[in-house]
Amino acid sequence: MAIKTLTIDGDQYSAQEGETILTVMRQHNIPIPTLCHLEGLSTVGACRLCVVQVEGIPKLLPACTTRVEEGMVIHTATDKLKKYRRMIIALLASEGNHVCAVCVANNHCELQELAYQVGLVRVRYPYLFPKKSLDATHKEYVMDRNRCVLCTRCVRVCDEVEGAHVWDVAGRGINCEIVTGLDDAWGKTETCTSCGKCVMVCPTGALFEKGVTVAEMEKQKGFLKYIITARQKKEWVSFTDGQ
Amino acid sequence: MTIEDLQELSEQEQQRQSEKKHRILYCSAAGCVSCGSDNVSAMLKTKVKEHTLEKECEVIGTGCMGLCGEGPLVKVQSDNILYQNVDEVTASQIVESHILNGKRVEKNICDTSAPFFASQTKIVLENCGRINSESIDEYVAALGYEALGKALTEMQPHDVIEEIRKSGLRGRGGAGYSTGLKWGIVRKAHGEQKYIVCNADEGDPGAFMDRSVLEGDPHRVLEGMAIAGYAVGASQGYVYCRAEYPLAIERLKLAIKQAEKIGLLGNRILESQFNFRIDIRIGAGAFVCGEETALIASIEGRRGNPRTRPPYPSEKGLWGMPTVINNVETFANVAPIIRNGSDWFSKIGTEKSKGTKVFALAGNIRNTGLIEVPMGIPLRKIIFDIGGGTPEGQEFKAAQTGGPSGGCIPNEHLDLPVDYESLLAVGSFMGSGGLIVMDSTSRMVDVAKFFMQFCMDESCGKCIPCRVGTRHIYGLLDKISKKKATQDDLTLLEELCVMVKETSLCGLGQGAPNPVISTLRFFRHEYEQLLQPVETYLGGEVEVADFEK
Ligand SMILES: Cc1cc2nc3c(=O)[nH]c(=O)nc-3n(C[C@H](O)[C@H](O)[C@H](O)COP(=O)(O)O)c2cc1C
Ligand code: SF4
Ligand code: SF4
Ligand code: FES
Repeated sequence: MAIKTLTIDGDQYSAQEGETILTVMRQHNIPIPTLCHLEGLSTVGACRLCVVQVEGIPKLLPACTTRVEEGMVIHTATDKLKKYRRMIIALLASEGNHVCAVCVANNHCELQELAYQVGLVRVRYPYLFPKKSLDATHKEYVMDRNRCVLCTRCVRVCDEVEGAHVWDVAGRGINCEIVTGLDDAWGKTETCTSCGKCVMVCPTGALFEKGVTVAEMEKQKGFLKYIITARQKKEWVSFTDGQ
Repeated sequence: MTIEDLQELSEQEQQRQSEKKHRILYCSAAGCVSCGSDNVSAMLKTKVKEHTLEKECEVIGTGCMGLCGEGPLVKVQSDNILYQNVDEVTASQIVESHILNGKRVEKNICDTSAPFFASQTKIVLENCGRINSESIDEYVAALGYEALGKALTEMQPHDVIEEIRKSGLRGRGGAGYSTGLKWGIVRKAHGEQKYIVCNADEGDPGAFMDRSVLEGDPHRVLEGMAIAGYAVGASQGYVYCRAEYPLAIERLKLAIKQAEKIGLLGNRILESQFNFRIDIRIGAGAFVCGEETALIASIEGRRGNPRTRPPYPSEKGLWGMPTVINNVETFANVAPIIRNGSDWFSKIGTEKSKGTKVFALAGNIRNTGLIEVPMGIPLRKIIFDIGGGTPEGQEFKAAQTGGPSGGCIPNEHLDLPVDYESLLAVGSFMGSGGLIVMDSTSRMVDVAKFFMQFCMDESCGKCIPCRVGTRHIYGLLDKISKKKATQDDLTLLEELCVMVKETSLCGLGQGAPNPVISTLRFFRHEYEQLLQPVETYLGGEVEVADFEK
C-alpha cells in the first residue's frame, strides 16, 4: 500500500493510503474532539466536531471520514474551528435535558469531557427543555431519552457488532429519537439479547444499568476493541486497552 | 422493433393526425385539473359526440400549457387558438361555435403573441401542451425515440458522452455539475452493475417544473435515461418520484408499459444488444430524500439519511455500484441534444450556462405558471415581460430563487442575467427552478422565517449543526419578528447561520441559512427595525424565545 505524506498543523506526517485524517491524528496524539466516531464501529461523520480545514478545499471536512491524500495541508485547531466546536457542544447542551448533578453518568460522561475540552463556559442558546421519555421496561438497563445526544453509537454497535439491530432512529430534525424495535418498549422487543453493548458505548447517561445511582455509571468501552481484534486478528487484547 | 419500424410508426401517426380536421387539446396537468379541467374535458367530449364529430375531431389531454394562473386552458390546435379560463359553458361554445361554425369564442381567447409566450424558448417543454401525454404514438410522431435510435445505431457510448459534454449541459437539480463529466466518471468506474437514477423528488416549496415534465411528456425522460444507460453501460434505471405526484406516477407507469410493449425499453432495444429496464420508486415526500445520497438510501429501503461524500454516487451509488443520478429536467434535455447535436444546444444560453431553464413562476406576479427561458435572460424580462409584473402594479421588492437553499434578489439586481454563476454571485442559487416574486407588502424577516421553518421540519436530524442549529435560527427569527429580540440576538443569529452553513453534513443544512443570510444582506434594516433596545430586554420578560410553532 502506498505511503502518503501530509502536513498537520505545520508538522509533517506519513500515513498509509486509505487511512483517515483522524486515524493519523490519533496515532500521533494530536488532540481533536470526536463524538459520533468510535473505533470499531462504522463512521457516520454526523456530529461534525472533528471538522478540519484542508488547504485548497473550500468546505470543512470531518477528519473521521476523510481519507488522507498526498500533500494534504491540514489545520485542525484554528480559532474558527475551535469556536465551531464550542458552538456544537453548546447546541447539544441546549437540545437535551442534561442536568449533570442528578445524572448517573456525572463525571464519567463524554459530553462533560467534551465541554471541558472545547472550553465551553456558557450556553448562549435558550434551553429547549424537550419532553422526552424514559424507558425502564428492560430488566437490566434503562434508556433515558433526556440525555441522548443522538450519536447513534448504540444503533451501530447493536447492528454491526451484536447483529441484533434493536435500535433505530425515528422522527426527523429536532424531533429525532432513538427507539427500540418498531418503537416498542425495550423490555418487549424480542431481538434484544441483553448483551449491554449499547450501554457501554453510550457516551452519556442516556443508557445505563439498573441500580446505579448518581455518578456511578462508568462505561467500559475497551470491550469493543477486544471483540473486534479478537474477531479480525484472532488476538486477545487487554480489556482496558481501548480506553 | 427496428429503426425502420419506428419511422413507420411515426409516419402512420402523423397521417392519422392530419386526417383529423380538428384537434382540441385540453390541459390535463395538475394545475388545470385542480381548477376543473376534468369537467371541461367531459363537456368537450360530450359535445363532440352529440354533434357526431368524432371522425373529424379529437379531444386530447396534454401536459401543462404554461399559463397555469388562467386555467383551465383549451387549445384548438388546428387553428392555433388558445382559450383561457374555460368553464363548461365555454367548452360547449368551443365545440358548437368554433368547431361547428368557425366562430371563435372571443371572450376567452388568450393572446399568444403576448411576451409570456413570445419570450420563451422551448426545449424541455417542446411537447408539453402539444401532444397527448398518454400516447407513445404521438411522442414518436414528434420525433420521440429518434435520439435513442441514433445513439444505438450511429454512436459509440463514448460519442454520446462527448456530445453531452460538448453541449455544456449542466445538472438542473441544483448545483449545476456538468452532466457529460458525470456520465464520463460513471462510464470509467468499475462495477459489475451500473445504475441510472432519475431524481423526481422535487421537494422545494413552490416548485412544479419536474412534475409538469413527467405529467406532460414522460417518454422524454425515459428516453433520456435510456440514452444515459447506453452511454455509461447501465441496464437498470429508477425514477424516484414523490408520492405527492400521483398523476406523474400514473403517467410514468403507463409510459414504461407502452415503451416496453414496442421494444423501446427492456431487452434488445431497437434490436440492438442494449438492454435497459426502468422501475419506479416512490418516496414518502421528505425534502431531504431529494439529496442524492439520501435518495439512494431510500431506494435501498433504508431511512433517507444523507451520508458524507466522497465517495460520490458516480463511484459508489446504489448498492455500492457506480450510479448516474440526474434531475428530471436534465434527462429531458438529453434527447434533443443527441437529435440536434451539441452545437445547436450550446448556441443557446451564456458562456458557462447552456440551454434553457424551466421556472415555476409564483407569488405576487400576474402570470403564474410554467415558463422555459434561455439561460442568461435578464431577471427583469422574466418578471415584467413574461410574468407581467405584480398583479396590481405594487412595487416589486425581491425575487426568491433556489427554494429553501436560495436567496432573494432585490430591485437593484433586476438586470442580473439568470445563470448559475450570476445567481451565486448575489448570494442566491439556481436550485431546481422555483421563482417566487414578492412585492412591497412582503416582510423579509417572515420570508426567512418561513424557509427556516421548512428546513427545520425537513432536517433529517443526523448532524448536530443542522438538527439543533436550524431550530435555534428559527427561534431567533421568530423572536425578532415578534419584536422581542435585541442586537445580541441578531449577532447570535448571524454567527449561527455561518456556522450551520459551514459545518453541516449535507446540502440541506449547508443551504438552510441562505435565505437568512441573503435577506440580511439586502434588507438588514428590516431586521434592525424590529429590534428592542437592551434596557427593555433586561427590564422586561426574560423569555428567551417562543419555541411553540
Ligand atoms: C436537501 C436537498 C434536496 C434536493 N432535492 C432535489 C430534488 O428534489 N430534485 C433534484 O433533482 N435534485 C435535488 N437535489 C440535488 C441532488 O442532490 C443532486 O445533486 C441532483 O439530483 C443531481 O442531478 P443534476 O446533476 O441533474 O442536477 C437536492 C439536494 C439537496 C441537498
Ligand atoms: S442512547 Fe447513547 S449511544 Fe444511543 S444515540 Fe443516544 S447518546 Fe448515543
Ligand atoms: S445537514 Fe441536516 S439534513 Fe443534512 S445530514 Fe445534517 S441533519 Fe441531515
Ligand atoms: S467524530 Fe467526526 S463527525 Fe463525529
